[in-house]
Amino acid sequence: MPKLKAVYQTLLNKWYAVIAHRFFWPFFLIAGLLFSIAASSFDLIDLYVQLILIYVGINIILTISLNLINGYMGEFSIGHAGFMAIGAYIASLLTVNIFPPSAINFLFPVAVLAGGLGAALIGLLVAVPSFKTRGDYLAIVTLAFGMIVKSGIENIEAIGGPRGFLGMEKLTTLPWVFFWTVLSVWVIRNLVYSNFGRGVLSIREDEIASDLMSVNTRQVKVIVFVVSSFFAGIAGGLFAHALQYINPRMFDILKSTDILIMVYLGGIASIAGSIIGAVIYTILLEVLRPLGIWRMVFMPLMLVLLMIYRPRGIMGLREARLFVPLRDLLAVKFWKQKKKEADDAPA
Amino acid sequence: MAYIFQQILNALQLGSIYALIALGYTMVYGILTMINFAHGDLFMVGAFFCFLIAVYLKLSFVPTLLLSVLGVACLGVVIERLAYKPLRNAPRVSAIITALGVGLFLENFTLALSPYPKHIPALIADKTWLIGSVSISSLQIIIIALSLSLMLVLDFIVQRTKAGMAMRAISWDKTVVPLMGVPVNKIISLTFAIGTGLGGAAGMMYGLAYPVIDPYMGIMVGWKAFISAVVGGIGNIRGAMIGGFILGSVEIMVAAFLPSTYRDFVAFTLLLILLIFRPYGILGKPNPQKV
Amino acid sequence: MPLLEIRNLTHRFEGLCAVSDFNFTLASNELVGIIGPNGAGKTTVFNLITGVYRATEGSIYFTGNELVGRTPHQITKLGIARTFQNIRLFKELTVLDNVRIARYGQAIYSPMEALLHIGRYNAEEKRITDHAMELLSIFKLDDAANERSKNLPYGLQRKLEIARALATDPQLLLLDEPAAGMNPNEIKQLMEFIGWIRKTFQVTIILIEHQMRLVMGICERLMVLDFGATIAEGLPAQIQNNVKVMEAYLGKELVK
Repeated sequence: MPKLKAVYQTLLNKWYAVIAHRFFWPFFLIAGLLFSIAASSFDLIDLYVQLILIYVGINIILTISLNLINGYMGEFSIGHAGFMAIGAYIASLLTVNIFPPSAINFLFPVAVLAGGLGAALIGLLVAVPSFKTRGDYLAIVTLAFGMIVKSGIENIEAIGGPRGFLGMEKLTTLPWVFFWTVLSVWVIRNLVYSNFGRGVLSIREDEIASDLMSVNTRQVKVIVFVVSSFFAGIAGGLFAHALQYINPRMFDILKSTDILIMVYLGGIASIAGSIIGAVIYTILLEVLRPLGIWRMVFMPLMLVLLMIYRPRGIMGLREARLFVPLRDLLAVKFWKQKKKEADDAPA
Repeated sequence: MAYIFQQILNALQLGSIYALIALGYTMVYGILTMINFAHGDLFMVGAFFCFLIAVYLKLSFVPTLLLSVLGVACLGVVIERLAYKPLRNAPRVSAIITALGVGLFLENFTLALSPYPKHIPALIADKTWLIGSVSISSLQIIIIALSLSLMLVLDFIVQRTKAGMAMRAISWDKTVVPLMGVPVNKIISLTFAIGTGLGGAAGMMYGLAYPVIDPYMGIMVGWKAFISAVVGGIGNIRGAMIGGFILGSVEIMVAAFLPSTYRDFVAFTLLLILLIFRPYGILGKPNPQKV
Repeated sequence: MPLLEIRNLTHRFEGLCAVSDFNFTLASNELVGIIGPNGAGKTTVFNLITGVYRATEGSIYFTGNELVGRTPHQITKLGIARTFQNIRLFKELTVLDNVRIARYGQAIYSPMEALLHIGRYNAEEKRITDHAMELLSIFKLDDAANERSKNLPYGLQRKLEIARALATDPQLLLLDEPAAGMNPNEIKQLMEFIGWIRKTFQVTIILIEHQMRLVMGICERLMVLDFGATIAEGLPAQIQNNVKVMEAYLGKELVK
């Protein structure tokens, strides 16, 4: 047994050395991009598997963006699917009705981006009630927001009303999903490890103390809601062009609950956790597909057990080293080294 | 004029169902400061119990009502013991998510057992009276009368009995009251039993009024009742009743003057506006944060 | 110009008068104590100064700026920092992050620079971290910098709270019952510690306490509150023999 532990420790240290290497991330990104391009253009992998990978990517974006509000900031949003719907409809309207079909492939990222920006704009509005209300009441605000978006879309005949909207081409390909997923992980990681990110954490820990320690809590909340809803909108645009059909019921409370399950399965306030949660949940849903409806009985049961036995999720409040910037990971070490050098210098 | 009276009657019918369900939300919130998001699904289970009892046991109205309410109340207590009790000291969010999970479980479990919508047989002889040009059905009278009397009984229990006093005490203070010899677990179970039982009764009445029932029927009605509880001031029992009637009236009025698809839109917009200007509801009190 | 000037400060909670007609002037580098029995309104005064509550009436001037109507973070940025009666650290966060959060108001970079880690981000983060570590090493907490703050022993948590307050670069430091839960020996150490902070960081201090021993020892001037009203003020020696103060603490009957 002790030997096994030693082996594990050496492997772990090797892994840390690998991820600390300055070529690790460039290599990973280029390899991932090349693989996804190859996979989608030469049918290296089964189309069904490709579709699942696309869903995994979309779910990672959704999970990580909701984790920003629910995990890092400690508020409780149940309206995430609403932002997703806004992104999905804006992007779809652009590619189907506005953009010329000949240039659609080039303009697809613009459409997705526009969907994200539209959702972010609405996120700005939802941030306003969060200034004064928090906890249960803020949860209700987000819930009401999600319901309003859904029933609002149902009442707009021009975009299909309750029947939904179709006509999108299958523009969501593996490389695009890879690109947007990496972007969302990177940006949210950057936010978390910044002055504003620490503000977000302090709001979760103690909002009043945070305000008294000079954190502009309103500014922080606006940033969090805008960034979170932006990426939810991006995910919506990708989702719409993967499925090629959307309707308002796809973005109801059940969808928001799905995202919540992924957040709390993987772990709150953790990037690694968000990825783990999204991957496990998406794949598990596919693997259990033969069970039919019983799969949907099993899933909520799992959530309840998870809450009772591990309420913060697999990686709750912990982060894989992979995602911590070196400056933060080794802040104390760096400072001590520098101080030692400064002390040694005169001697 | 007659049209308006007719609409008021309809509003009373819908409002009393919302109010009954809202009471369950508000009672549980009052005592545990937890939003029991599974409550709407317990309402659905109430309708299904009523279906099972009426179809397979072929009982009449009163025993069906009693058995359904008892069944849902037991289920409510079991859920509290198994799923919520372990989380009483956990972060609030965990309890909310668990409740969402329990709700999903109830919906999908029912769906797995009963994939097609069911039709509740008429348990009450359908009679309609005309007063002027306003028509009143026997069902409407029973729903409104029964809801009002259940609410009066509940108000009596909470305001006048020893158990009710214990409930109010626990919702007032959660650290000291248990030290005073109040059997907290029993009182919480009782609260769940009464709250979910009322939801079950509402489920049955809703099922009689709109006889086609399906496993997802509890979602929207549940949220609406929840809005009622918030509008009235969550945790406040009389507020829940008022909120239920307000929401019922608003919905009926919207349906009377606008396309009915706007109903949800208006209901939730109303909630949002209220939350922004009076976050603690009509009868609720603001809760200042201590420093 | 006085550092802090409070005029006719009054605050009511639903009819209950928590602070009434409080007047107070503070010069730079003073160390003043506010004492009074439990519920006398001492912490409310701190909450009014720091903007947690908005005063019902009256005004508070700090270096010439009116504080009433400003938000807590604006007031903190003007140079007022505080600690709490019951420690309010960011429990799940590291000691280092607790202090870095208090540098929020001093960091100069935009949200965009934060999202993309470009521009001023790198230099500013380095500055914030260095400043925080420097502060922690002054307080001898640098070895615990990576610990979660909830894992520190009680005494160090109190120390960290003061370090965190000082990280906001205050001119005025408000200490809310720093001796709570301490034995006489620890109180003695705390008295020296407060004196040292005052010298090292050149801050003016207002201290809330209801333990007479501590305030008599270090404060230059005292205010005594009871039921929201100022019942006495003056030098510690004067307060010690004040009949009204004794009544407030011991009850009228005992004093007679």
